[in-house]
Amino acid sequence: MIRELYSLLLKEFWMEWKQRYALSGLLLYVFSMVTVIALTFVGGFNPVIWNITFWLIMLFSAIQTVARSFLSEPPGQLIYLYTLARAESVILAKMIYSTLILGIVGSLAFGVYALMAELEIEKPFSYLLLVFLGAAGLSTNLTLMSALASRAENRTMLMAVLSFPVVIPMLLVLIRAGKSLVLSSSTEFMNDAVVVVLGLTVVLGGISVLLFPLVWRE
Amino acid sequence: MGKWIYKIMGVLLLLYGLIYGLTASLPELPLLQQSSRSVFYHVPMWFSMVVLMGISVVYSIRHLRAIDPDSPKPALARRYDAGAVSAAQVGIMFNALGLLTGMVWSRVSWGENTPSSAFSAWWVWDPIQVCALIAFLIYLAYFLLRSSFTDGETKGRVAAVYNIFAFATLIPLFFIIPKMLPGLHPTAEGEGNVIFDKSKMSNEYRMILYPTMVGFIMLGIWVFELMFRTQRLRYRAESISADLSYENSIEQFSTQTPS
Repeated sequence: MIRELYSLLLKEFWMEWKQRYALSGLLLYVFSMVTVIALTFVGGFNPVIWNITFWLIMLFSAIQTVARSFLSEPPGQLIYLYTLARAESVILAKMIYSTLILGIVGSLAFGVYALMAELEIEKPFSYLLLVFLGAAGLSTNLTLMSALASRAENRTMLMAVLSFPVVIPMLLVLIRAGKSLVLSSSTEFMNDAVVVVLGLTVVLGGISVLLFPLVWRE
Repeated sequence: MGKWIYKIMGVLLLLYGLIYGLTASLPELPLLQQSSRSVFYHVPMWFSMVVLMGISVVYSIRHLRAIDPDSPKPALARRYDAGAVSAAQVGIMFNALGLLTGMVWSRVSWGENTPSSAFSAWWVWDPIQVCALIAFLIYLAYFLLRSSFTDGETKGRVAAVYNIFAFATLIPLFFIIPKMLPGLHPTAEGEGNVIFDKSKMSNEYRMILYPTMVGFIMLGIWVFELMFRTQRLRYRAESISADLSYENSIEQFSTQTPS
């Protein structure tokens, strides 16, 4: 199982390296989004709005990142994968891979966005922890949605419609914790956020792993 | 006869709740005044919704078990799929009704009766209100997902998977997140804005609230049974017409080919 997971992860990285344009596309997408939103802060900065918009950026990056995991894979390749590995390890590998990519992209976006909007934050590492937590939560939550949407006809639309409501609870908690970090650099909501997001990640991730073989079957 | 008992009970309980809930003299709270009677018609909506969504998930799980490749039972699977979709339909109706009754109540007690309050609108973005709206969106997405498949077998499978996932997100939405954030509902964290405390509800209220709740749940199950039966008939009609068109095409084929 571990070895299978490891080789599947390696395969994901190898595929990413082969299709570098996809990753650069994602980075450019996030960078443009950050620029456009940071432009609105020229003249007046508001940390509360900064925090909310940052999580919106995370949400859209997450949908872009995760949508690639099943929507953009050619169908033949999925069937090939089906003969090689167990469904559980396939979805786990996708989740871990999206978490890593989204974590990196999110922390880059955090840095750039904080610089551009001239955010003064006392505990940047707590916020980064929150970003990685959010990356893990969002990608585990969305991977199954991407798999579901890939079976239907209007894929991209369905991906967005299925994903938005499902991730809002997690996003609300993350926004709340981020707000108290940015405003008063207090970590009082951090514990709550860690518990809720990790709990949701584990529960929903477990359900996804259990249910994914059913979605995948032809 | 046995099937009728819960229907009659449900109607009687609802009648009791309607008549007694509107006419009984009840203790009043300063801000709520007479609007506190809304509790009999607002709270049961959510309990009925959770019950019906629970029924829907049970049917989804049974559907997934019935399409197990080792021992597939297509007829049963179709039946369970019909159950899941009908229960979700009734559940989302209760969700909408709960949102509407909540809006009316919030307009009266948080809007009009609150002096110099920040709220005067129908919608106040209270955490639990937001969570209920999200639940509504999740189930609308469920129906959109269902409608974007043409193949019945894949549709049932994918929809069942999403339904289970949706129910798993419904639990934190209703029972965990609202309790962490300050808000106006009695379940919210902190004392700040809450007008009344849930544990201080008087027994006169409880005597009406609980029977009405049971009545609404029974009514919901009754409507669900009717929808379930209609859905099954619709599926059967579809399969009969499919069979007929198949036979017709065979007939056409055999008349067309020279013998």
